[in-house]
Amino acid sequence: MTISFGNPDRPNSYIGKTVPRPNAPRLVQGRGKYVDDIVLPRMAHVVFVRSPHAHAKIGAIDTAEAAAVKGVLRIFTGADIAEVCTPWVAVLAHLKGLKSPPQHALAVDRACWVGDPVVAVVATSRAAAEEAAALVEVDYAPLPAVTDMMSALDADTPVLHPDMGDNLAFRRLHEEGDVEAAFASAHKVVEARFKTARHTGVTLEPRSILVDWNPAEGQMTAWHATQAPHMMQTVFAKHLDLPEGRVRVICDDVGGSYGIKVHVYPDEVATAAIAKIMARPIKFVADRLESFTTDIHARDHEIGARIAVDETGKILAMDIDDWTAIGAYSVYPRTSAIEGNQVVNLCGGPYDFAHYRAQTSVVFQNKTPTCQYRAVGHPIAVAVTEGLVDMAAAELGMDPVEIRRRNMYADDAYPVTSPAKMRFEGLSHHASMDKLMALMDYEGLRAEQAELRKKGIHRGIGIASFIELTNPSPFMYGIGGARISAQDGCTVRMDPDGSIVALSGVTEQGQGTEAMLAQIVAEGVGVAPGRVRVITGDTQVTPYGGGTWASRGAGIGGEAALQSALALKGSILEVAGAMLQAPADALDIRDGQVVDTATGEARMPLEELGRIVYFRGDTLPKGLPRELVQTRHFITSDYPFAFTNGVQASYLEVDTGTGEVKLLKHWCVEDCGRIINPQLVDEQIRGGIVQGLGGALFEEIHYDEDGQLLNGSMADYLVPMAAEMPDMVIGHVETPTMESTLGAKGAGEAGTAGAPAAVMNAINDALRPLGAQVTAMPFTPERILRAMGQIED
Amino acid sequence: MKALAGGYARARDVTHALDLLAQADGMGRVLAGGQSLIAAMNMRLSTGDMLVDISRIADLRGVAVEDGCLRIGALTRHADIGTDPLVATHAPLLVQAVHHIAHAAIRNRGTIGGSLAHADPAAEFPACVLALGGTIHLQGPEGVRQVAAEDFFVDVFETAIEEGEILTAITLPLLEAGERHVLIETARRSGDYALAGLCVVKRAAGHRVTAFSVGPRPVLAMAAMERLDAGDTAGAVDALRAEIDPPSDTQASAAYRRHLAGVLLTRALHDLTGETA
Ligand SMILES: Cc1cc2nc3c(=O)[nH]c(=O)nc-3n(C[C@H](O)[C@H](O)[C@H](O)COP(=O)(O)OP(=O)(O)OC[C@H]3O[C@@H](n4cnc5c(N)ncnc54)[C@H](O)[C@@H]3O)c2cc1C
Repeated sequence: MTISFGNPDRPNSYIGKTVPRPNAPRLVQGRGKYVDDIVLPRMAHVVFVRSPHAHAKIGAIDTAEAAAVKGVLRIFTGADIAEVCTPWVAVLAHLKGLKSPPQHALAVDRACWVGDPVVAVVATSRAAAEEAAALVEVDYAPLPAVTDMMSALDADTPVLHPDMGDNLAFRRLHEEGDVEAAFASAHKVVEARFKTARHTGVTLEPRSILVDWNPAEGQMTAWHATQAPHMMQTVFAKHLDLPEGRVRVICDDVGGSYGIKVHVYPDEVATAAIAKIMARPIKFVADRLESFTTDIHARDHEIGARIAVDETGKILAMDIDDWTAIGAYSVYPRTSAIEGNQVVNLCGGPYDFAHYRAQTSVVFQNKTPTCQYRAVGHPIAVAVTEGLVDMAAAELGMDPVEIRRRNMYADDAYPVTSPAKMRFEGLSHHASMDKLMALMDYEGLRAEQAELRKKGIHRGIGIASFIELTNPSPFMYGIGGARISAQDGCTVRMDPDGSIVALSGVTEQGQGTEAMLAQIVAEGVGVAPGRVRVITGDTQVTPYGGGTWASRGAGIGGEAALQSALALKGSILEVAGAMLQAPADALDIRDGQVVDTATGEARMPLEELGRIVYFRGDTLPKGLPRELVQTRHFITSDYPFAFTNGVQASYLEVDTGTGEVKLLKHWCVEDCGRIINPQLVDEQIRGGIVQGLGGALFEEIHYDEDGQLLNGSMADYLVPMAAEMPDMVIGHVETPTMESTLGAKGAGEAGTAGAPAAVMNAINDALRPLGAQVTAMPFTPERILRAMGQIED
Repeated sequence: MKALAGGYARARDVTHALDLLAQADGMGRVLAGGQSLIAAMNMRLSTGDMLVDISRIADLRGVAVEDGCLRIGALTRHADIGTDPLVATHAPLLVQAVHHIAHAAIRNRGTIGGSLAHADPAAEFPACVLALGGTIHLQGPEGVRQVAAEDFFVDVFETAIEEGEILTAITLPLLEAGERHVLIETARRSGDYALAGLCVVKRAAGHRVTAFSVGPRPVLAMAAMERLDAGDTAGAVDALRAEIDPPSDTQASAAYRRHLAGVLLTRALHDLTGETA
């Protein structure tokens, strides 16, 4: 069955429309169900004693005083937990050479970062557990801490894990063409050093888990704020020695994830281990300080980069030397090498050029582990690429838009393979740029900028083209040996009253997955979205799937939903054909009624069909298939990833006295293929942009040289807030992927991917007449004044 | 984290509050708007406090002109200061300050007494009261006493309030003809504590300049004031930069803050004279 997406007046045309989110009323009325809302009989709370040292040997642990606190039930050390829980090693076969030592749920001999869990205290209340945790005495012998990225591999830097030989976790060099020759013969070469700060995701709801072990059933149930329930099912089963089928992970409402909640956290696994040992429900909800010290961090990169161009502005070559420091362990099971690997894959992404070299060096250090966070690697690669392109344009005296137009892949060039060996099915860089120019009135803004400059007002315009990796195939994790599903499934059924239930393997993190699924299923079956009830996040109920990450929910989960809905429609029409004595293909379902396809005349409401099938099946022909439930799975197979593209622009003003940046306006034109719900897509883009702007201007985790975290609160770690955010204008170009009927690619990370680069380029555009340039994020007032040479120490 | 309070009692009036503090064995802690104290308790930076909640003592709230002074009760909330007509007439500096303090929800609860007693070196009100030459009124077991703003702020989170005392009010001189006030600051985000800020009060007798977030307590910038009175703006900027000793932290270095203070002074003076920077 096909759908005429081009016709907005087609029947049941919910795909492509903004329909209300089915879960919104529940959430705004405070009727959501987050892990912390769940209270079970005999439930106890666990609190973790965490290392105050970046690196220390764990000696004697004295729990006597803590155990005496009223309400304390039991106290566990790393050795206790290790008896029931095996350690893990986060490597993947396709990331050749990646190494990481075994990591335990609770540190056994050695604590490796400030926040590493060492002792678990279980009590009848969180308050009692905290009180007791403060009384646990751990005899730490501090060890030298590795905290500086760029000297991590130096001979006189201590080796963090002696068993690993050195502090290099992973290195990948990719080389295409003849880079040295291209640089040697170039008209101009521009070189710069970029830095992206350590961030974290700062979810509104902190990490949360409640685990129950029922020995009578031999079943573990985890209510978990996670993006990947099936992945967690495997992890708990494997490390707690349970059959996978005896672990059920339930993921009700989740208060934001951004990639933070797709990883395996030692304290969460320890919670499950404790539930198994104590055979009672154990709850762990991180507090905000724990979020800062233990949620994964990301984007701690330093990049040396150069670009070679000819007289006409054609890019000849790019050479990227990326460094990142991941903490003491690669994070399980997705590993901490992906971000650096993405930088190698994505630099230069929009541009048609030949000679490319990129290397990433991933080192260990005694800080919170880093791993995948929204737009993994993209903001880094886009900042480096777009920064270099702008610098080259300035060097050539060329307009930044013009240099991009001369280098972006032509819109009719596809399919193409980039010098980084990424395969693009169909992108729209030029159409997107054209649309952006019109939306922002580029020429008008340039004139305004020039006018204001005469008055000493320093405004800047920054452009950033980008590509975004979405809809990953098993090439992302599966081929490396991880049990992470790239396939997803959906079961759709019709109940007797004609209402539809859809069970999907993708999950709702607050981003609107369930709305998107409801409207796809509604269109596919032929009912109003309000007649569709979507159920996600329960490994015992939904089809097996990957969950929410890498912008895959709509493109993969959505296609599975569409195919299962269409299949159900086929089943319904087969029954209807028998009942109405009409060929099935002469019938259609519209707004919950079986109708004549040709005339649209109503023949039978679905509830009547449901009544007959479920209660008077005796009146139907014997042997008539009557399965009003259908399941379909979808996996991408033609391309490893469905790349999307877009371009962002930032308009801002730099206060050259204080160094402050005022964001005036932001634009994004992006191409996520088929748009299922315009409002959800626009808000994903806006939210993503906000997170990108946070990285550009505010967010930075600070450590001192001993590895002490310096800003572990919302007062000191600055997230972007509404007052500082500019108006954002969002535009779209739609190039559907041909891999699916739905044609949807991902939209969840595009905003974050491009925003920091756009801001950096805008600041530098404003500063260029003053001879200043910034490349180290976040661009704080101080960094800007220092770049201008205004501050004497 | 869960707060660990030693106890809680709500005071009916000032005498009751003083009694409760006296009985608390050194652990007594006044609770006003709770916007600094509760946050500190929730991070377990303060544990075991015997909380004496003064927030319902009506006598401690409100603004009046009394004995030729503007009197502001300790429990007057930031939001009320921002809209009070007497404050607008006599201490417009405080109204300007309110726009920079935190966010609406916090301004609806936070009190001026709490802000002064808490004495965060980055807070606006302490610097305002110092710039205006205000007086802080305290009441304790021994009776009432008054402390000049110049003598009140001792160190980070440390004031002249003695154990068992309560800050009851502040008084400020009434605005004289031609008097002008400017508060200017730079913060990373709206509502954040300032990276550096200045209060400038211009009276017939001369300028008063205070700087906040540039040291352990608000600084009365005597050298800069002297230069301004002499009509030497550039000299005042240099003098201000020389007489402050700002801290470095994750938001900004001392050098940045010192530079910024000078930029802000230049801008404040432009505002004062009505010119644009
Ligand atoms: C997110 C956030 C941002 C903020 N930003 C700013 C800002 O930009 N600028 C700013 O100035 N402030 C800011 N604040 C602090 C806010 O203004 C507080 O309200 C104020 O500092 C304390 O007032 P309170 O009434 O809430 O005092 P409480 O929190 O109740 O008490 C604070 C301290 O003062 C003592 N105390 C209170 N009242 C008295 C009294 N009458 N006598 C004796 N001791 C007393 C208490 O014992 C306690 O030690 C911010 C607060 C938050 C949470």
